[in-house]
Amino acid sequence: MSEALSPTARSLGSDSSGAESIISVRDLRKTYQTGKVSVEALRGVNLEIRPGEFVSIVGPSGSGKSTLFHVIGGLTPSTAGQVIVAGRDVSKVGDAGRTRLRRDCVSFVFQKFNLLPNLTAADNIRTALFISGRNQSGFEQDFREILDLLGIAGRLNHKPSELSGGEQQRVAIARALATRPAILLADEPTGNLDSRNSLAVLGILRNLNDRLGQTILMITHSSEAAEFGHRIVYMSDGRIVDRSALQKPEAI
Amino acid sequence: MIQKLVWENVRFRPVRTLLSILLIAVPVTLILTLIGLSNGFLDDSRRRAEGVGADIIVRPPGSSLASFSGAPLPDKLVPLLSRQPHVTQATGTVVQPVGGFDTLTGINLAAFDKMSGGFTFVEGHAFQAPNDIIIDTYYAQQRGAKAGSTINIWNHNWKVAGIVEPGKLSHMFVPIGVLQDLTNNPGKVSQIYLKLDDQRNSGTVVAELKKILPNYTIYTVREWESLISVNNIPMLSTFIHVIIGIGVVIGFAVVSLSMYMAVLQRTREIGILKSLGATKAFVMGLILWEALVLGLGGTVFGILLSFVSRAVMRMIVPASLPQAIVPTWWPIAGAIAVGAALLGALYPGWLAVRQDPIEALAYE
Repeated sequence: MSEALSPTARSLGSDSSGAESIISVRDLRKTYQTGKVSVEALRGVNLEIRPGEFVSIVGPSGSGKSTLFHVIGGLTPSTAGQVIVAGRDVSKVGDAGRTRLRRDCVSFVFQKFNLLPNLTAADNIRTALFISGRNQSGFEQDFREILDLLGIAGRLNHKPSELSGGEQQRVAIARALATRPAILLADEPTGNLDSRNSLAVLGILRNLNDRLGQTILMITHSSEAAEFGHRIVYMSDGRIVDRSALQKPEAI
Repeated sequence: MIQKLVWENVRFRPVRTLLSILLIAVPVTLILTLIGLSNGFLDDSRRRAEGVGADIIVRPPGSSLASFSGAPLPDKLVPLLSRQPHVTQATGTVVQPVGGFDTLTGINLAAFDKMSGGFTFVEGHAFQAPNDIIIDTYYAQQRGAKAGSTINIWNHNWKVAGIVEPGKLSHMFVPIGVLQDLTNNPGKVSQIYLKLDDQRNSGTVVAELKKILPNYTIYTVREWESLISVNNIPMLSTFIHVIIGIGVVIGFAVVSLSMYMAVLQRTREIGILKSLGATKAFVMGLILWEALVLGLGGTVFGILLSFVSRAVMRMIVPASLPQAIVPTWWPIAGAIAVGAALLGALYPGWLAVRQDPIEALAYE
């Protein structure tokens, strides 16, 4: 296995119970303040994810899954509770600490791909490497296996507008993996794709998890997509719930 | 990589980039054109003063460098001065401002020709009638005049007797007696030019003249030329500084607006960079680098536009507004443009670094 394909988790969080978790969420609360109105998006979430797990979070709109995703990814601070990601207590760090978390520990794959439109696929990947302080030259060789797996080795010199949705999402995955994150966070990664491309992208994510041991936390509306994970976590009204608590899981 | 990000972003939105560069170029051109006009006008004055062929200029008491307040010198001084030791020729001229920067000059053609070496006629001939005027090629181009045509200057119709090569004292010449009468200054001149047997005697002669004409303003032509500078023209320096200040304010405003628009347009991209772990310094650096590129682009474009402005001036008002290209001001105008660009980018940059990554990523 090449260096690029070696297990990527770098430092693991461990909870007080001693179990090894790469993500440990305890009584997490997040309240948004809009003017005088407070909206409680997360109401005491507890979640443990082990290294190498592929966990899907499903839930209806407004269930808090995106907020949980954003807090774990260091995109927004928590209001209360504890969040340890790859050994870092995200709930205790400020903006600079969350920036370091995003740079060093987690990578994102978004529904809308979020590639820089003015750069080629290769330069999008190089940008992520540059920001993370890694060598950008010759990444094509270092990541040959991943690029082949993603099927984009021949599309690196194209700009996003010249790529199909499926190809853009593969480039986004390549960019996310290029920095060898401990955790890959995927937010509705198939939301903008047709069914064929959706299956392909989900297959890639599962393949990456199986072959590389890449920890993946995926948010999805689709129960079919969620099945690609090892474990499915259901959310409703800002809490993690038993699936049985959801009246119509098919409607999720 | 930062340079690549900046360059690709600048290239990615060519219209916005070109508009920004154009907007930054405007104050650069404004400054360079104004400086060019000041220097061009003074260079032209210096060249024309030298073209007289005189060694000494005698002006009225208390006169300033750029003022021509009528014709207060008695023309009896001309023969008096011509008899002074080392003085070989003397001629008086009447200078009448006729609007803008233009002046009409009354000369004694024979004496003026003798001192200056004579006009080089491109068209026509010397004065043959009281209402004849001789103009140089610049003024002829400006007025679209030809030999034989009639032009109205200072509410008087003049017949263009001849068109001459430029570079001798003025752009427009009329017989001195006619102008003295028109200005109600019979027997008076504005200034007197003296030619010496040897230019090296200029200092001695000036010293002697100051004894017999105390309070008069007397210069050697070399001194006179050296005094023709922006700093010696009353208010000109202040005026230029005011215009530069306006240029800086305009530059600051347009760059701020441009960068603000750029940041708005790139909200989502900034969100993407932040999601990748870009620090505040990184994002601010990108914005400032882009401002630097736009500032430098605006400077280069502004310099090019100053050449265009000179070409237009030469085509329309070559005599009244001669514009010089002053390369020594390029780095100054560039520093002002780049400085304004960087300052103007600070606020949008600050907005960019404060952007919430989630909101930025959701921006459409």
